[in-house]
Amino acid sequence: MQYAISILLSGVSLGGQYALIAIGYTMVYGILRLINFAHGDVFMVAGLMMVYLSASISPLAALPLVVILTALLGFVIERAAYKPLRSAPRMSVMISAIGVSYLLQNLATYVTGGLPQMYPDLPFLSKSVNILGAPTKWVTVVTPFLVVILVIALTQLIHHTKIGMAMRAVAKDFETSQLMGIKINSVISITFIIGSLLAGLGSALYFTNYQSIVPLSGALPGLRAFVAAVFGGIGSIPGAVVGAFLIGISETIIKGSSWSVFSDAFTFALLIVILVVKPTGLFGEKVTDKV
Amino acid sequence: MLQKQNNKRGAWIALLCVAALLILVMVLENTIKPTHMLFTVLKKGAVYALVACSMNLLNGFTGLFSLGQAGFMLVGAYTYAILTIPVADRDAVYYLYNGSALKFSLPDLFGGANSPVGLILGVLIALVLAGCMSALIAWLIGLPVLRLKSDYLAIATLGFGEIVRSVLQWDKLGPVTNGANALKNFPTFSSFNIKNASGEVIFRLSAFVPFLLAAVCIGIIVLLINSSYGRAFKAIREDEVAAEAMGINLAQHKRLSFCISSFFAGVGGGMFAMFANQAQAKTFTTAMTYEFLLIVVIGGIGSISGSCIASFLYVAASEWWLRFLDSETYLFNGTFKVPFLRTGFRMVVFSIIIMIVVLFFRRGIMGDKELFDLFRPRKPKQMAKAGDHNG
Amino acid sequence: MAEHVLRLDDVTMQFGGVVAVNNLSLEVNQGEIVALIGPNGAGKTTAFNCITGVYEPTNGQVSLMGEIIVSNHPQGKMKESYAGENLGKYTQVVSHTPDQITQKGIARTFQNIRLFSALTVFDNVLIAKHMRAKQNVFSATFRFNAKEERRMREEAMALLEEQNLVHLKDEVAGSLPYGLQRRLEIARALATDPKLLLLDEPAAGMNPQETQELTDFIRQTRDKYHLTVFMIEHHMDLVMQISERIYVLDFGKLIAKGTPDQVQNDQRVIEAYLGVADDAED
Repeated sequence: MQYAISILLSGVSLGGQYALIAIGYTMVYGILRLINFAHGDVFMVAGLMMVYLSASISPLAALPLVVILTALLGFVIERAAYKPLRSAPRMSVMISAIGVSYLLQNLATYVTGGLPQMYPDLPFLSKSVNILGAPTKWVTVVTPFLVVILVIALTQLIHHTKIGMAMRAVAKDFETSQLMGIKINSVISITFIIGSLLAGLGSALYFTNYQSIVPLSGALPGLRAFVAAVFGGIGSIPGAVVGAFLIGISETIIKGSSWSVFSDAFTFALLIVILVVKPTGLFGEKVTDKV
Repeated sequence: MLQKQNNKRGAWIALLCVAALLILVMVLENTIKPTHMLFTVLKKGAVYALVACSMNLLNGFTGLFSLGQAGFMLVGAYTYAILTIPVADRDAVYYLYNGSALKFSLPDLFGGANSPVGLILGVLIALVLAGCMSALIAWLIGLPVLRLKSDYLAIATLGFGEIVRSVLQWDKLGPVTNGANALKNFPTFSSFNIKNASGEVIFRLSAFVPFLLAAVCIGIIVLLINSSYGRAFKAIREDEVAAEAMGINLAQHKRLSFCISSFFAGVGGGMFAMFANQAQAKTFTTAMTYEFLLIVVIGGIGSISGSCIASFLYVAASEWWLRFLDSETYLFNGTFKVPFLRTGFRMVVFSIIIMIVVLFFRRGIMGDKELFDLFRPRKPKQMAKAGDHNG
Repeated sequence: MAEHVLRLDDVTMQFGGVVAVNNLSLEVNQGEIVALIGPNGAGKTTAFNCITGVYEPTNGQVSLMGEIIVSNHPQGKMKESYAGENLGKYTQVVSHTPDQITQKGIARTFQNIRLFSALTVFDNVLIAKHMRAKQNVFSATFRFNAKEERRMREEAMALLEEQNLVHLKDEVAGSLPYGLQRRLEIARALATDPKLLLLDEPAAGMNPQETQELTDFIRQTRDKYHLTVFMIEHHMDLVMQISERIYVLDFGKLIAKGTPDQVQNDQRVIEAYLGVADDAED
C-alpha cells in the first residue's frame, strides 16, 4: 500500500514535470508544425544555469532569474535558428532544430567538462515529507498543483486575451492570419518564450528530484514529453497535460517493476501505436490532405 | 542516344576513379606508419559514407524522413558480432552468462578466422546476414510506420531506435546479446592484414577492406538510384499523389526503399563494429543518427557523392583536424594561453559550423548534383525558356 | 449494347454532412470524347477522384470495360448519417488504390498541374513507364533488365517526339512554361498506356489560341492512341467543339446530359450557368 502510494505520488509528480515540457512542444508544433528537438536541451540548460547561478546567489533568488534566462534562450533560438528558415521546407527547420540540440549538448559538455553537476537544494521543495506513510519530497506534492494552476492560467491566456486569440489564429492558418495583420513573428516568439518559461520551471522541479545533470539529461525527458504531447493530441494543451501524467505514471510503474529496462521502450512503443492507430492523439484535431 | 553513351563513359570514369582511390589507400597504408590519424579517418569515414548514403537513399531520394539509422546499424552490428565471434572465445566474451547460446561461428565453419577463406567468407556472409536482419526488421517496423507522414515518421523511427537499444540490452537475452556488455573478439578490419608465419604484418589491408566494402555497397546504391526503381523513388519524393497516379505503388516502393536503406545501414553497422573492435548497444544512440543526418545535409540532400565527401570531411574534422581545439595550448613560450581551448571545445566549434551550413548553405556541398555532373560539359543554354515556344 | 469504357452507377460521395457528388450515373463509350461540366464546386473533381481511387465513394459503383473497379455502400457511422439515395442497392465492396486503377488503364491529369517538377521532362515520362516494365528491384539494380530499360527509354522518347517535346527533354519540368507543362502532363499520362484518359481542366489558364491548339491536340491524341477521353472543362468553346456528349453537374447532381446542342438549349443548364455563361464566352 505504502509502496503503491509512493509509486503513484512520484508518477504524478514526474508526469507534472513532463507536462511542463510537453506544453512547449505542443504549442510550438501547433503553430510552426515543427518538432522542436532542442526543447529538451533547453530544459537541460535551465538546470545547468541553476547550478552555476546558485553558486553565487541564493537558490531562491536564482530560480526566477533562471526562468527568465530560459525564456530568453528560447527566444534567441527561435530568432537565430528557426526564423531564417520560415519559408524553407519543414525538413530543413527540423534539421536546424536537431542542430541546435547538438550545439546545446556540446556547449553543456564544454562548460561542465562532461562531469555530472549536482543540482542545488531548493529551500522547502527539497525538504522531506510523509504522505500517508510514504516518504517523499515536497516537490512531489507541489508539482501537480503547480501544473494545474499554470495550465489554467495558460488556457485563460489563450482563450481570453488578444495575444491568445492571435496564437489560435496562427495555429489554424499561418498565411491567412498573416494577411489579417497578425504579427506572426511576435506570436511565434511569445510561443517560444512561454514554452521555455515552463520548461525552466519544469527543470527546477525535475532536477530537485533527480539531482545530477549531464549534457544528455534533457534528451530523454524531452522525448518522453514529446511522446506525451503526441499522445494527448499534438497542438492541444490539455491533451499534453493528460498525456504527460499518463506517461509519467506508467513510466514510474514500469521502473518499479522487473521490466525496468523497458521503460523507454514502452514509451516509444506507445508512441508508435498511437501514431498508427490514432495519429491525432486523444484530443487532437483531424487534418486532411487536399488533393 | 548521345546521352546514353555519355552516361556509359561516365560510369567507366567513375569506376576507374574508385579503383585508383582503392589502390591509393592500399599504397598509403603500406608506406605511412599505421598509427597515423589518417587511417582512423579513412576507416571510419568509409563506414560513415556507407551509412550516410543509405540514409540519403531514404531521406534524399525517396523523401521519407527517417531517423532510425542508428537502430538499424545496431541490429547489423549485433548480428555481425554474434555470428562471427570464434567459438573458442565465446566463453570469455559471454562469461557473465556462462557462455553463448549460439555454439557456432561463421568463420569457424569455413576453417576459422585465421585462414583467408574462413575469414573472407565468414565476414562477408555475416555482413550480408547483418544487412538482411536489418532489412527484415525494417520490413516489420515499416508495416505500421511507413503510413506516417514526414515528422511523424521521423519521430516513430527515432523511437524504434530506442526500442531496439533497450531490447538488445535486456538481461534475458544475455546468452545471445551479452546483455548490456560489449561483444568483442570478432574479426575486425585489422584481421585482414596479411601476416607472415611469425605473426608480423607484412602487408596491410585494414583500410583497404572497409573502402572496398563501402565502395561496392555505395556502387549498388548508385545503380539502384539510377534504375527504374530509383526514378520511382524520386517520383514519390517529388509528389506522392502524382506518383500514385502514374501507377507507382506507394506502399510497396516506400517499403522497398526503407528495407534497402536498412540493409545497408545494417551492413554499415557490422562494419562499424569491425572498426570499433567491439559492439555495444549504448554506442548506437540517437545522437549517432543525428550525426548521419547532419552529414547528409552537409553533403547535400539527394547527392551520393556529397554524402561521401561530407562523411570524410566530418570524420576528419571531428577526429583529426579539430583535435587541437580540445587540448589547452600555450603560445609564445608558454606565456599566452589560447583562450577557450580545452576538452569539449572541438565539438562546440563543430556544431557551430554545422549550424552555419544548415542555416546559410542549405543546399550543402553538392546540392543534389553528383561529382560527375560537375565535369560534364555544360549544355548550351540556347533554348530561350519562354521565347520560342508559346504552347 | 455499346461497349462502355467507363460507367458510373449511382456514385455518391458524402463528406461529413455534405453530399459532394449525389447519385451520379453516366457512361463513356469507346472512342468518345465526353465532357463533365458544371459551375465551380459542383463536384466534378470529386467525381474524378472517386473514379481514380483517390476517394472511396460512399455509395455506388464504377466499372471500367465491364469490370467493377470501385464499389461501396455506407458503412459504420456513415450508415446513420447517409443523406444520399439508393441505400442498400450496392452490397459489394471493391476498392483499389490509385496506382491499381492506373494499372487497369485509367490515366489522369490534375487540375493544378502535378509534375515531378525537379526532374527532367524525359524522366517525367520515363517514370510513367515504370509501372508496366517487366522487372524487379534486383534485375533493375544490376541491369539485367537492359532490354526492358531500353524499351522504356525508346517508348518515352517516341512519346516526347510525338508531343513535340523532344528538344526539351533535358529541361527541368518545373521550368517549362505553363502550356508546355500541361502538355507534358498529358504526355506523361499517355505513357502509362491508358485506355481511358481523364483530363481535369486541361485548358485552365490558357489563352484562346492555346485553347484552340489544345482542342486539336486532344482530338489527334484520341485518334492516334485509340483512346477514350473524359474531361472536366470550363472553357465552353472547347467543350462544345470537341465533345460528343456532355454531362452537366450542379451541386453534385446530374442536371442534364446530351449532345452539345441539347445541353446548350437546356433550361436548367442555362439557369445553373446564369451569369457564368457570359464569362465562359471569352
